[in-house]
Amino acid sequence: MLTCKQFLEELSDYLDEKTDPQLRQKLEQHISDCPNCWVICDTTKKTIQIYKGMDPVAIAPDIHDRLMAALEQKMARKT
Amino acid sequence: MSSSPIEIDEEAAIIAQARLGNTGAFNELLRRYERKIFRLALHITQNREDAEDVLQEAFLKAYEHLDQFQGQSKFYTWIVRIAVNQALMKLRKRKADRSVSLDETIDTGEDNIAREIAAWDENPEQKYSREELQRILTSAIDGLAPIYRAVFVLRDIDGLSTEEAAEALDLSVPAVKSRLLRARLQLREKLTRFFKRKGDDAFAYM
Repeated sequence: MLTCKQFLEELSDYLDEKTDPQLRQKLEQHISDCPNCWVICDTTKKTIQIYKGMDPVAIAPDIHDRLMAALEQKMARKT
Repeated sequence: MSSSPIEIDEEAAIIAQARLGNTGAFNELLRRYERKIFRLALHITQNREDAEDVLQEAFLKAYEHLDQFQGQSKFYTWIVRIAVNQALMKLRKRKADRSVSLDETIDTGEDNIAREIAAWDENPEQKYSREELQRILTSAIDGLAPIYRAVFVLRDIDGLSTEEAAEALDLSVPAVKSRLLRARLQLREKLTRFFKRKGDDAFAYM
């Protein structure tokens, strides 16, 4: 039987589906017996899902233009 | 992040063109990665001006050293590594009294794990407007230590594999894994304050 601490140490791999079947079964047994770890597992999963859908920050067009201008200058010097 | 061989070949062709001084090709590389690099730099430096500098320095350095890019790793992983180094230098400059490194020893004690245990609403993000949600998510990340921020952004937002993140950050695979776990647990904790079901607490399940 896993302790909560052991469960939490494996949580990332479990959510990424990177654990071997034997360990996976033990982890699943633990969450079915431990309501707190079930909640932590469920809300960590939701945390990851919410961030997956996060928009990349918009960058101001002038940032792109300044960067491109600096690059072009550098390229012109090189060739 | 899974890239098909065709995508990698296509990118290799763009890089070859950029090496020859084709500005259009470099513009394409910028267009692909500038927002991600800017976001990462912003999360590490927590300062828009610094992040803009980092973005510019990273791409200029990438152009300068394009000959050294072997093509064994993805261009993105390679430029992340350059950008992270630039971003850490900025941090060090600002906090001149202490060195900042992604390799700091981390507290693996339990005190950062699960103080707040409460179930969330079914679709908690719908309680907030897009802007509010964005603000909550960003400030939660910014509340993490720099060593966790970079790992979380690369793995869970950009979708890099553990191995790619390790390469980009010059960390070992176990170091990336342990930082990712702490980052996820700390974010979960921070977000629980916003997303928990009303009137809910740990003991409801006992």
